[in-house]
Amino acid sequence: MTTKLFGEPVRRREDARLITGKGRYLDDIGAQALAAAFVRSPHAHARITDIDVEGALDVEGLVAIYTYEDLTGPMAEPLPVLIPHPQLHAPRTGYPLANGEVNHVGEPVVMVVATDRYIAEDAAERIVVSYEELPVVVGVDAARDAAAAVHEEIPDNVAARHHQETGDVEAALAGSPRTLSFTQYIERSACMPLEGKGVHARWDPADASLRVYSSTQASTSVRAAIAAKLELSLEDVEVIAPDVGGGFGVKIVHPWPEELLVPMAAIRLGHEVKWAEDRREHFIGSAHERQQRQEITVGFDDEGRITALDVHAWHDNGAYTPYGIIVPIVTATQLVGPYAIPVYRVVVESVYTNTVIVTPYRGAGRPQGCFAMERTMDRIADVLGLDRAEVRRRNLIQADQFPYDHHLTFQDGRPVIYDSGDYPGLLAKLEALVDWPGIEERRAEAASRGKLLGAGMALYVEGTGPGPYEGGHVQVLGSGKVLVSTGLTSQGQGHETSFAQIVASELGVPIEDVEVTTGDTRRFPYAVGTFASRAAVMSGNAIALAARGVREKALRIAAEVLEADPDDLEIADSVVGVKGTPGATIPLRTVAVLSNPLRYAFDEAAKQATQFARAGSDDKPPVAEGDAPGLEHRDYYSPIRSTFASGAHAAVVEIDPTTWEIDVVSYAVVHDCGNVVNPMIVEGQVHGGVAQGVAGALYERMAYDADGQLQNASFMDFLMPYASEVPDVVIDHQQTPSPLNPLGIKGAGEAGVIPGTAAIASAIEDATGRRIASMPISPTELYDVMRSPNAELTAAAGRRTGVGA
Amino acid sequence: MTSVDTERSITVTVNGVPREATVPVRRLLSDALRHDLGLTGTHVGCEHGVCGACTVLVDGSPVRSCLVFAVQVDGASVTTVEGLAHDDHQGGQVLHPVQEAFRECHALQCGFCTPGFLVTIAAGLEARDRTAEITEEEVDEIVGGNLCRCTGYANIKKAVRHAAATMKDAG
Repeated sequence: MTTKLFGEPVRRREDARLITGKGRYLDDIGAQALAAAFVRSPHAHARITDIDVEGALDVEGLVAIYTYEDLTGPMAEPLPVLIPHPQLHAPRTGYPLANGEVNHVGEPVVMVVATDRYIAEDAAERIVVSYEELPVVVGVDAARDAAAAVHEEIPDNVAARHHQETGDVEAALAGSPRTLSFTQYIERSACMPLEGKGVHARWDPADASLRVYSSTQASTSVRAAIAAKLELSLEDVEVIAPDVGGGFGVKIVHPWPEELLVPMAAIRLGHEVKWAEDRREHFIGSAHERQQRQEITVGFDDEGRITALDVHAWHDNGAYTPYGIIVPIVTATQLVGPYAIPVYRVVVESVYTNTVIVTPYRGAGRPQGCFAMERTMDRIADVLGLDRAEVRRRNLIQADQFPYDHHLTFQDGRPVIYDSGDYPGLLAKLEALVDWPGIEERRAEAASRGKLLGAGMALYVEGTGPGPYEGGHVQVLGSGKVLVSTGLTSQGQGHETSFAQIVASELGVPIEDVEVTTGDTRRFPYAVGTFASRAAVMSGNAIALAARGVREKALRIAAEVLEADPDDLEIADSVVGVKGTPGATIPLRTVAVLSNPLRYAFDEAAKQATQFARAGSDDKPPVAEGDAPGLEHRDYYSPIRSTFASGAHAAVVEIDPTTWEIDVVSYAVVHDCGNVVNPMIVEGQVHGGVAQGVAGALYERMAYDADGQLQNASFMDFLMPYASEVPDVVIDHQQTPSPLNPLGIKGAGEAGVIPGTAAIASAIEDATGRRIASMPISPTELYDVMRSPNAELTAAAGRRTGVGA
Repeated sequence: MTSVDTERSITVTVNGVPREATVPVRRLLSDALRHDLGLTGTHVGCEHGVCGACTVLVDGSPVRSCLVFAVQVDGASVTTVEGLAHDDHQGGQVLHPVQEAFRECHALQCGFCTPGFLVTIAAGLEARDRTAEITEEEVDEIVGGNLCRCTGYANIKKAVRHAAATMKDAG
């Protein structure tokens, strides 16, 4: 490695186009495309009794109208259950267009295609759908009560009962010196990428092929789904994720109805068709996450050491379960965090409601698990009168306990075995970073200004980089340019830069010569997708392996030319040379030319590889047995299991007891994602994650009414933070490399969001002395807690005079 | 709703170039820029004026192009993200200091909200006394009306300070 770019804050290569307006997002494609618009259900639960399209037919510019009746073959069947699981005993999915029944507001019922979007919406507005309303189930408690059923044939509303245990929890609780039990809630938010979903499809009737652009996190799988649903041969379908304006999980779900319907229309109409989701559609037609009710019982000793943990949670999965029970599994298995829990039992019941589907949103069940575990720690500390950091420290897995087996099964079907980490190290750094011992002094200072100040902390362990695999292809051209491709997609993570850094470092070439393509099935057809903080781990390592393959081949070819041993060669600045022997060199681009024996010369460089110019033995074929022409290599990385990143956050809040406004005045992050490819990009991911964590704790909530109407389906009413709401963040790093992969890296994408709710709830509780058992919390809700005669006071409040009074 | 008599021909100077278009009167400026004039650098994030991704400059002032009809800017001068950089007369472009700063400070991730931030910040920085050190209050004011879902804003604010310093140095 002569070009040491790995680990450097290299400025992003994708920015040049994105800062000049030259990005190519979904709605920037297909200026001549017809536009699709959808008639969506205005009811949360209803039977469709009639669809009258008559009024739309005279709209000038209308091209086509599709209802369920127009769907044939696999398109008329329910959408796939993407991730089946034996404990998902009652999976349900919708249809591309509603088949007689709707189960949430926003479910697509009719697709209209017209010459432009305005006209498509005109036509959609004139279509009259008649409904017979059915009883509505909203919220996890209503689903649990099961007074009404979302799906008639599932009267208890339970889709899955996910259950894991590591021993006899009842016996362990009975034998515990102390126990405590509590119930808490966490609410719904959503990914809310600034760019909604979108699909563009172009059918070429001459060669019967389909090209689809989709704003997706999983282009290879969208391709497979389209081929299956539209009964096309896989090789006749190509899917490309162009520049994608944020994902955060919602775009890993597929195939969305629109991803099938738009290509279907393009084929039937023989014309490009495009749909770009608008903001209201995104609120009511995409996906949300996070609502759970958690009932927790913990056993512990007088020193605060946990002896047993029993968690029963109810998880609102919305109307359907296309993404299986991934979120409940992640909550169940990541809940234990950095702690040694001697006996653990978890049951998560995944229940149906008449609301938008629930699928992973950055963190994907981890914020809920962290909320459960960390608030348990806070309660133990409160009961025992111990420092919250101290209770955590006493329960941490120690640095010499790795690999640490939790005896649980993770979301990838593999064991939860932590590969490496240093959790006491994280905690020590966090206490220093936020000056934990200095909090009392700050509290007193804030009190002198009439403010209530409190601090909270939360630790997490995040399983990142789950399999099954990703691949990478690296090719050196005769021009010296290095082409790199991987199948997974990008939504702003800077893959064009970090993957180029890896290749430049592995291959010894300038980063300027490296061009990275992601998410294009024409370039790399095998991939899984971008989710679960896996891109750097999975594709990063696959690309590194591919680059090492290219390097090995380059050295072999160069060794022949230079008459040297490959082991004596090195590559620096795209030149292969003999170590310690100046002058004995060959440019990598020449090696690339020589790697492909030619009959025909088409330029000066190619002449070197033609049959009368090229050196070589008459006894050997020009392409050796087992070899292939070209200086390229394709490789795959398939891990035995996930790698586990970790971190610790602390929040300090200041509350105004007049308005009950909650101000996060300090936010500290200690972060460990193993070896770091690009620290600038990793810090950016942390910043963005923290903003979403704070948002989920204090501002964002999907406000459904009892009829299943989303009351805040706009940016006017759903409080996505502006800069004014996001605190300054201080970050410290720790690096415990993963022993599981060649680069020693762990994922970083989701980490920032995970502990926000837990840490901020703790800080508010610390400031007010009132138990905070439901998040997010607004100033109004906090005011209600403070006024309520039933609000539970913390023991710490009793010990501390004047606070919360 | 869509008949010919509800269309208007308009002339707008876009990024310094006079452009003509015939648009339905209900066509949003954002759609006219993107779909009629092919300037897809202006992005549409919410279509109700909250996110600011579609911000363009109309006669030098930031305007949410999703809240304005194209016909309302007839005769006006519009600057989009494509017009922030200027020609170096050698086949290349000289980026606006705020564009440079966004790249230098990693102030963008997915890039979708970026054009709205760039034109808003460019206008904000050009409207102030560039010889004065920028204050945190000014930074907050300039970036406070646009939504970003990726960056958590820290690096966007850093980029504003960086660009302000560059403009101060340039005098």
